[in-house]
Amino acid sequence: MKSVALLGMPNTGKSTFFNRFTGASARVGNWPGITIDLMAAKIPLGGHLVRVVDLPGIYDFHGFSEDEKVVRDFFENNRVDLLLIILNGVQLERQLSLALQAKQLGLPAVLLLNMADEAKRAGITVDIGKMAAGLGMPVAWVSAKYGEGFQSASTLIASALADSQPTDPARLRENLKADDEIEAAMDRLMEDAVRIPKTLPPGMTERLDRALLHPAFGLPLFFLIMFLLFQFIFTLGKPMQDGMAWLLAQARVLGLEPLLADAPAWLQGLLLDGIYNGVGTVAAFVPVIVLFFLVMTVVEDSGYLSRAAFLMDALMARLGLDGRSFVMLLMGFGCNVPALMGTRIMRSRALRLLTMLVIPFSLCSARLQVFLFLITAIFTVQAAPVVLFSLYLLSFATALLTAWLFKGRFPSTEPFIIELPPYRLPTTRQIILRAWHEVRHFLKRATKFITAGVVAVWVLTHVPFDAPPASAATLAGHISAFLAPVLSPIGIDAQLSVVLIFGFVAKEIVIGSLAAVYGVEGGALMGLMAQKLDWVQAYSFMLFTLVYTPCLSTVATLRNESKSQAFMWFSIVWSLLLAWLVSFAFYQGARALGF
Amino acid sequence: MPNLSLNTLQPGESAIILSVSADENLHYRLTALGFRIGREIRLVRRGGFGGRGPLQVRIGTTEVILRRTDADKVRIAAAQPLR
Repeated sequence: MKSVALLGMPNTGKSTFFNRFTGASARVGNWPGITIDLMAAKIPLGGHLVRVVDLPGIYDFHGFSEDEKVVRDFFENNRVDLLLIILNGVQLERQLSLALQAKQLGLPAVLLLNMADEAKRAGITVDIGKMAAGLGMPVAWVSAKYGEGFQSASTLIASALADSQPTDPARLRENLKADDEIEAAMDRLMEDAVRIPKTLPPGMTERLDRALLHPAFGLPLFFLIMFLLFQFIFTLGKPMQDGMAWLLAQARVLGLEPLLADAPAWLQGLLLDGIYNGVGTVAAFVPVIVLFFLVMTVVEDSGYLSRAAFLMDALMARLGLDGRSFVMLLMGFGCNVPALMGTRIMRSRALRLLTMLVIPFSLCSARLQVFLFLITAIFTVQAAPVVLFSLYLLSFATALLTAWLFKGRFPSTEPFIIELPPYRLPTTRQIILRAWHEVRHFLKRATKFITAGVVAVWVLTHVPFDAPPASAATLAGHISAFLAPVLSPIGIDAQLSVVLIFGFVAKEIVIGSLAAVYGVEGGALMGLMAQKLDWVQAYSFMLFTLVYTPCLSTVATLRNESKSQAFMWFSIVWSLLLAWLVSFAFYQGARALGF
Repeated sequence: MPNLSLNTLQPGESAIILSVSADENLHYRLTALGFRIGREIRLVRRGGFGGRGPLQVRIGTTEVILRRTDADKVRIAAAQPLR
């Protein structure tokens, strides 16, 4: 008995064709060499009884899916007299490869173009003669759904079957294996030697742009995406931060405390309560910061930042800036220093200075640590992401306000022209490199500023030793008393004001010093903060931290890039003034409203 | 042949670039991005804020965004209708 096999890509209407072609006589047949049940039927064709087998849908003879293995096993173990290749006539440009593979493997075949009805509606026509000549096999249109073209297809199949030579399973096995080896060698070479950033197909970029750059929805979508990203970082980062804090506390109790048991009390205090608690509290945020930079890497490499420039340019133009300034603000979310250096692409000095003036308001990852810490301590789990997002919005608001106020002093006619790259996914290598870079960057800062800052704060709050730590009698107490007239109207108490002074050096010192001042870390410190501060005070403190000068590195970069001491001082004085005004307005406003 | 500004294109329309009349810096930059005389340029879309945002254009396979004031410096032949 001759046998005919049905081959096609998934969802081409192959099974519909099978059922119509074989009538109601379909049954399940068990085939040698394979463990899966295939649908088979015996039907009369051209005066002979012919066995018809329905194979699973596959994309490729060389794929390694379960279905593709079944199909290959079938051909490697069974003689087939004729292959019926069924392709979706509407997607020929994608599906024709299967017919060409069959031709190359020397399989006797008839090509049936299914969905004739849809193709007609889509206006697709095929020159059957040319197609048949090109493939070296008979071709016919059918519509499995409506039964069109079956009569002529049956005649075609019967005559092809009469002429065909059965396949040789052993030779086919050899051919498929040889092809596999080429594929495997190619995969190995590509894997070893070629790095391709994943680019979405051009049609995809166009479709994404249609939504993401929509005149009305583009901007709301931008803010929604930003909100979801920060929500994601916050939700995922919280348990990581808790775990890290727990580990560091264990290390102290089990390792360091027994080790230092014989040291004098003041040294124990400095090393454990001062340096270890301080640096440890900051170190607990390393996983969150790494996570944050992973997300930043994906956003930066995706090509979306150029879209953000496109969306915001019209608004930025009114503020004397341009779309690139906005992108630099976004980059500043990671760290202000590279963002400031990034303004080198601007030719107009005025535009560059104005952009450099607004970048320090960008909520960088160091400030993020302070906010994550205080928000977790003071606010509920539900309120936390919203509070954090409000700080990001205020970061934009203060930047835009600053630009608006000073645009008259920095007039520019610089053209705004940038390339819009296709959307891309970063490679794993890029992501890992970036994460490692950030960890190293943190360790460098930790060993330089953070330790020194924490030690300084500890000394100020503990000298003289006979006074209770952080009380009015310590050095810090005297400084706070001096600053009280300025800082108490914005709800910032004595201990916090010392912390703010050292936050000028680096924002990581803020939480590190809190730990050193109170001699506790992690969860215990959060609990203490929650007792000492109400939410109005905490938010006022965060506002001040957000707006005033980010860190010494930023100040140094401002000076180097602008080559102007005056500009650096202008930036410092303006941000301190604005920070005080914003905190004052919030604190007094909230208190006046009865909070 | 009429000599129009790139700004007169409607989204989806294409035209041939006739000249780029910008200062040296801008001219160099536009040339680097593929703004050459005789090339076909297509307006993909206009930015928001009531169409006052920048233009997104495509030359060959390169997509570029530029402001309307800069687009005025690029002169084009009459637009070819949507294809």
